Amino acid sequence: MTEITYRDALKQGLREEMLRDDNVFIMGEDVGLNWGGAFKVTKGLAEEFGEDRVRDTPISENAIAGAAVGAAITGMRPVAEIMFGDLISLAMDQVCNQAAKMRYMFGGQTSVPLVLRSVFGGGKNIASHHSQSLEAWFMHTPGLKIAVPAFAYDAKGLIKTAIRDPDPVMFFEHKLVYDRKEEVPEEEYLIPFGEAKVRREGADVTVWGTFFMVHKALEVAEELAKDGISVEVIDPRTLVPLDKKTLIDSVKKTGRLVLVTEETKTGATTAEIAAIVQEEAFDWLDAPVMRVNAPDTPVPFSPTLEQYFIPDNKRIADAIREIV
Amino acid sequence: MAVKKATLVDLFTRTLKVRLFEEKVWDIFGQNLVPGTLHLYLGQEAVAAGVTVALKETDWIQSTHRGHGHVVAKGADMNAAMAELLGKKTGSCKGKGGSMHITQFDVGVLGATGVVASGLPIAVGAALSAQMRKTDEVVACFFGDGASNNGTFGESLNMAAIWQLPLVWIVENNLYAMGTPITLTCPSQNIADRGEAYCTPSVVVDGNNAVEVYEATVEAVKRAREGGGPSLIECKTYRMRGHSRFDPAKYRPQDEVDHWMGRDAVEIIKNIALEQKALTEKQAESIRKKLQKAVDKAGDFAIKSEHPAPEEALDDVFKEAI
Ligand SMILES: Cc1ncc(C[n+]2csc(CCOP(=O)(O)OP(=O)(O)O)c2C)c(N)n1
Ligand SMILES: [Mg+2]
Repeated sequence: MTEITYRDALKQGLREEMLRDDNVFIMGEDVGLNWGGAFKVTKGLAEEFGEDRVRDTPISENAIAGAAVGAAITGMRPVAEIMFGDLISLAMDQVCNQAAKMRYMFGGQTSVPLVLRSVFGGGKNIASHHSQSLEAWFMHTPGLKIAVPAFAYDAKGLIKTAIRDPDPVMFFEHKLVYDRKEEVPEEEYLIPFGEAKVRREGADVTVWGTFFMVHKALEVAEELAKDGISVEVIDPRTLVPLDKKTLIDSVKKTGRLVLVTEETKTGATTAEIAAIVQEEAFDWLDAPVMRVNAPDTPVPFSPTLEQYFIPDNKRIADAIREIV
Repeated sequence: MAVKKATLVDLFTRTLKVRLFEEKVWDIFGQNLVPGTLHLYLGQEAVAAGVTVALKETDWIQSTHRGHGHVVAKGADMNAAMAELLGKKTGSCKGKGGSMHITQFDVGVLGATGVVASGLPIAVGAALSAQMRKTDEVVACFFGDGASNNGTFGESLNMAAIWQLPLVWIVENNLYAMGTPITLTCPSQNIADRGEAYCTPSVVVDGNNAVEVYEATVEAVKRAREGGGPSLIECKTYRMRGHSRFDPAKYRPQDEVDHWMGRDAVEIIKNIALEQKALTEKQAESIRKKLQKAVDKAGDFAIKSEHPAPEEALDDVFKEAI
């Protein structure tokens, strides 16, 4: 096995699927020859598969998403890219009213097998329109599946599963993990949706988080181990479907839960998880469920402000110490 | 139309001011003091200059992600503008916005936005407001060739036309949206053709020639002020640099780059002003020196200014914290 980046793992997954199925194609702004995607995920694919299958579009998010819907219901397997997660707001009708609802509204007559790739997260000092974490918007829309890979291995396995899925999949990436390297098999493998991964086993407290916060939680767990605090870290990998069992089993074991994401706090995915756990594992909880999120503000530009906005290791560690 | 000598001097001064400001930004960026990304206005200065010289102080502009030039030309405080780019407390947005959101409201900037084409409907609203408040205010809305492919373009042009709003659409057609050439995204190479479809008088001008931009804007502003409704001015221009901070712009053919680099906006207006005897070389040089001093001062001010305190991240969500 070789070590490759999250970015290249995604590209490998996309490439394998394009080789396997001629109906798979990519479209989005600057995904093609001249740029290869704003984060270079598709770089080289237009050269290999041609501009027909790796298609540069105008700056027309609503039409990109809508065209993906139209192509998907007529036999193609579109992978649409929206350059920044914040900009899916321009495509909300096609994503949330059309793609998400068609199978249901039309009584099961049609399938919408599209993948919409985009990227969330701060840490790059690019301010309020390019740094948000909006996954909860889509979790609140029935009919959309949601993948949230934090590791290269998962990125490859999940993108392949997403492309083969018969329903619309929102495939969210994170800006700060594109360059992370890890061992990724060159051969084909799929990761089923709805299977969380226990990243680290522990006995005293469960930490559940997504994206870059998984990496921070693992660092914190390592630190706290020195003080004799044993932290279990769970990475859900997909939010819809959600692996409740792995989470609930863990909470039953540790009796304590800290939820960590980069989202602004109110109405975040962490709020939903907290609600599920108190419904399904109330009797096993020995302490209140803690949430570590960003404050309820837009994402600020200045580095001092943005560092304050994004949860850091200290805030995660403090929340853990408060309940163990 | 014969352009007055004093106006030629204005156009030269404003074009150069934006140029020197952006060169300073590039210089400070080279010292690694500008966080995040950067969309420089270098090359397109004549558009901001030509448009804003034709506006009154009480008129408004709507900016874009490539907005430094727009706000500086409209009269923003250069110290506060520069400090904003560096994320300082003294910045016009207190360090909350940065390059993509550089804005100074009290000189008539409605906002700079990171979402391409999101400014057009806002300009419609501001122009509607100007009309409803029975003022003579006019709104000039800047946007790129790429922005004209977004749905808001059609919605906004239509609304402005049916309500005959005091609005001037300024398309800065620099032939690219990031790495995507306009040849791939617009069946007609002229955005102005789209304006006509919305019954909006539309012209194409040389966007590197501040006089051409100015004259077209004067006519459009006059129409707007007199209740004649919106107009569209497509300014053909070119970025001197890449799209953003690390883009080497290798996707642009060399002969195209050479052609446009030979059409420097500052040189063009300077030569016109010299030819028309509005300016002597000596006067031009003294204007440059004065501007350079002000720009250097802005750079020093920004560098010396403090960063905001971390907790200031919580301010300004609402008027009163809840
Ligand atoms: C709605 C939206 N889509 C995509 C982007 C990413 N993006 C930023 S600038 C840009 C190109 C804009 O091109 P144009 O309107 O021609 O302006 P220019 O950069 O050439 O000044 C793109 C695609 C964005 N910020 N907003
Ligand atoms: Mg452009």
